[in-house]
Amino acid sequence: MARVVVNVPAEAKKGEVIEIRTLAGHPMETGFRRTQLGELIPRDIIRTLVCTYNGVEIFRADLHPAVAANPLITFNTVATESGTLEFRWTGDNGYSATQSATIKVV
Amino acid sequence: MKAAVLAVFLVPIAVAAEIPPAERRSGYDFMSRETRAMQDDEVTGPAVLSLLDGEALWGKLGCASCHGDAKASMRGVATRYPKVMDGKLVNLEQQVRHKAPQLAYESRDLLSLTAYVARQSKGMPIDVQPVQPQLDAGKAFFFRRQGQLDLACSQCHDDNWGKKLAGNPIPQAHPTGYPIYRLEWQNMGSLARRFRNCLTGIRAQQYAPGAPELVELELYLMWRARGMKLESPAVRP
Repeated sequence: MARVVVNVPAEAKKGEVIEIRTLAGHPMETGFRRTQLGELIPRDIIRTLVCTYNGVEIFRADLHPAVAANPLITFNTVATESGTLEFRWTGDNGYSATQSATIKVV
Repeated sequence: MKAAVLAVFLVPIAVAAEIPPAERRSGYDFMSRETRAMQDDEVTGPAVLSLLDGEALWGKLGCASCHGDAKASMRGVATRYPKVMDGKLVNLEQQVRHKAPQLAYESRDLLSLTAYVARQSKGMPIDVQPVQPQLDAGKAFFFRRQGQLDLACSQCHDDNWGKKLAGNPIPQAHPTGYPIYRLEWQNMGSLARRFRNCLTGIRAQQYAPGAPELVELELYLMWRARGMKLESPAVRP
């Protein structure tokens, strides 16, 4: 259910600016909608995405009810050293998903 | 005099004619640059999640035990539906659930598995057979005025494509990318769901899931789009 996808270049030159794309499968229910019977549908959203690069936090995003379902979050960073990027999404109702990707810096 | 009378009768017929093959355009061509980019992104596009789910289901439901690797066995399959299987005209979704009837119409799992099967034909030309009498029935549906607004599909999608309806471009209604990820739905959806949208718009009678009328209409639309390239799973606004 908690399906996530990340796209990190496999290889980059040292000092190069690289683009990182992340996609998380999530309904992002706002908490403002009602059913046809008038009952409020409880909020169910991703609250944060944190990315660490060899253990150092390089990116953090807070998400809010206006964000569309299946949020795609793209950001840039500088390729400093070979290693691992770890991504963690956390949200309402105990939602948690992790993904990692390795990069080789030459 | 006779020629003049004839000309008067000919004009409305010319307007209501089918779109010539050279002028046919996919819904993709009417989309913004940003929405096209979402469809073209094969790694982190929104439909990718569904494809990954579909690939997992292909193994989990045992599809592979008969059909093997979908990338080989399902190549080109989606271009040939709707077609007659066991004496009945079925669309791709109906065929996908032939051994897995627990997959309900428009359920997440059926859409994912259908998207995964259809993906194997991406870029291939639509190649359906003109099955009769269903093709003529679907065509009659397309040209029949219906609903409280008394509109036929053809009045928008043949006669007025390219113009705007409530600020949105009217496409030519070629089903080249189903199942689609529709931004309005925030989710994947089938062609039947898209039909429901239009039928609601003209305030017409709705059909049950899997109703033969909708499959006949799908056959006519696929026949009308024959030769166009399949984009499944497409992204639409």
